[in-house]
Amino acid sequence: MKPGTKLLSAVCDTEVMVIKAGSGEIGCGGALMVEKREGEKGAANPALSGGTIMGKRYTDAAATFELLCVKPGAGSLSVDGVALQLKDVKPLPSSD
Amino acid sequence: MDISLLLKMVSDAGPDQIGLTCNGRDWSYSALWAAATGAAKLIAESNATHVALLDTGSEAAPIALFGAALAGVPYCPLNYRLADADLAALIARIEPAFIIGDADRVTRLAPDGQHTLFTRAAFVAAAEAAADPDREAGEGEGIAVQLFTSGTTAAPKAAILRHANLVSYILGTVEFGSADPAEAALVSVPPYHVAGIAALLSSVYAMRRILLLPAFDPKDWVDLCRQQRATNAFVVPTMLSRIVEHLDAAEEAPDLSSLRSVAYGGGRMPVELITLALDLFPDTGFTNAYGLTETSSTVALLGPDEHRAAQSSDNPAIRARLGSVGKPLPTIELEIRDEEGRVLPAGEAGEIFVRGDQVSGEYKDRSALTADGWFPTRDAGYLDKDGYLFLSGRADDVIVRGGENMSPGEIEDVLLAHPAVADAAAVGIPSAEWGEAVGLAIVLRGDNPPSDDELCTLVRDRLRSSRVPQRICRVDALPYNEMGKLLRREVKLLFEV
Repeated sequence: MKPGTKLLSAVCDTEVMVIKAGSGEIGCGGALMVEKREGEKGAANPALSGGTIMGKRYTDAAATFELLCVKPGAGSLSVDGVALQLKDVKPLPSSD
Repeated sequence: MDISLLLKMVSDAGPDQIGLTCNGRDWSYSALWAAATGAAKLIAESNATHVALLDTGSEAAPIALFGAALAGVPYCPLNYRLADADLAALIARIEPAFIIGDADRVTRLAPDGQHTLFTRAAFVAAAEAAADPDREAGEGEGIAVQLFTSGTTAAPKAAILRHANLVSYILGTVEFGSADPAEAALVSVPPYHVAGIAALLSSVYAMRRILLLPAFDPKDWVDLCRQQRATNAFVVPTMLSRIVEHLDAAEEAPDLSSLRSVAYGGGRMPVELITLALDLFPDTGFTNAYGLTETSSTVALLGPDEHRAAQSSDNPAIRARLGSVGKPLPTIELEIRDEEGRVLPAGEAGEIFVRGDQVSGEYKDRSALTADGWFPTRDAGYLDKDGYLFLSGRADDVIVRGGENMSPGEIEDVLLAHPAVADAAAVGIPSAEWGEAVGLAIVLRGDNPPSDDELCTLVRDRLRSSRVPQRICRVDALPYNEMGKLLRREVKLLFEV
């Protein structure tokens, strides 16, 4: 998956921008994310429905994947079925 | 992904929130986004290879910046203060361009140029009329911004910042929508400076309202700060010095209590000035930001707590940090290397190298990056034992006397500590005996100016004899550019007579 690719959830409104990615299947709400939505949205897996937050970055334990949420939704992001975590960021003082 | 996505995200999240106040007009994020999409259409239709801005700061700057990104054309703001011949040379390097601002001047300087010209007002009106707000942000593989460097040592270079560089910088330093609704950032740096670009991108992504001051003037800055209750500001040291002077002279102290955070950078900050400012604004957090055009702005910073800790410390090593530019960003690797490329330990001065996704290190005709992605900044400096970075000038400014390298900064610092010395610049001058020797241009003040002997003794006692100036030239003022950068090539000319 190329950095800069935009992915859409097949089950909710979530949209993410791929910041970096290794090999693995990116999902949201339990369904694979797609580059283009076709047909009706499917049903979300209740176990992966924690929701996404606008402007937050999500990453896996190995920090191989990083996704930026550009539109929030009800599903949770995952790679190969394992839920991603909010990236831990230390706030910096504004320098501009 | 391209930088227009940053504006699209805030426009989706807070369409009616005010993102920009300029020349008495408020712009919501959705209005800025709509105008940027319209600008993109105009730019695409023009077949221009560059989008140039020849103007002071205004709403046209963000509209052109994001519009150019959407159209996939590099944005290239020009320094309107340049002399005609210098500006004409730059305009010729970006033909055919879509130029916004002083259309009459472009027509006069490039009568045969195949440029598309708009005045500011015409551009903004046309962009709003052509809006297509439902479109998506662009793909953004290419060049976002092309900036001509100020050329203090040579002809201006066309530095290139890709979308990937700027997006990495913003994502790495700014949390989306993190500003509270009352925050407002006073932006007074010119649009053609990397700090002017970074200020727009950072404030937009943080959803902090931008208060754009078209051109810096200390009174206008103070008035705008007071009237609009600015909470944040970025200044170059020269601006801070003029603000402090203005406040000193004011009969009644203006209420600037809204100001929570002041960041500064873009040139050497004298320790006396920052000390004065810390006293004058006791409740404001100061941040020193060090960066270059080629690094998408900030790569190291000294934060508010570190300023106050240094200000109140009795430990000379900690107090000295008021003269430091702080520590590298978490997303930046930084090394000090000697001329053979060896990494130097703490305390030893050499050239500063940086690496990170925000670092472009690229010019239009070549990349300055090493094979493994490090950018040689040409800035000289050292790290203290706790990792704080101190700058000692440009590597090109190093004076080499009989094989010994000396940084002008160490000589200048010793002299500036003398109460009768208002300003000082040390440069290398040709010497038959040593290859180079120290030439000193100095500005003195007060009724009892020190003799040349006294100045030489001061340098000899505090440093060593090799640092003693061979020639001293007394001047009324040193030459600076409008951003407060010392023009060393002009100082050198003083010794050619």
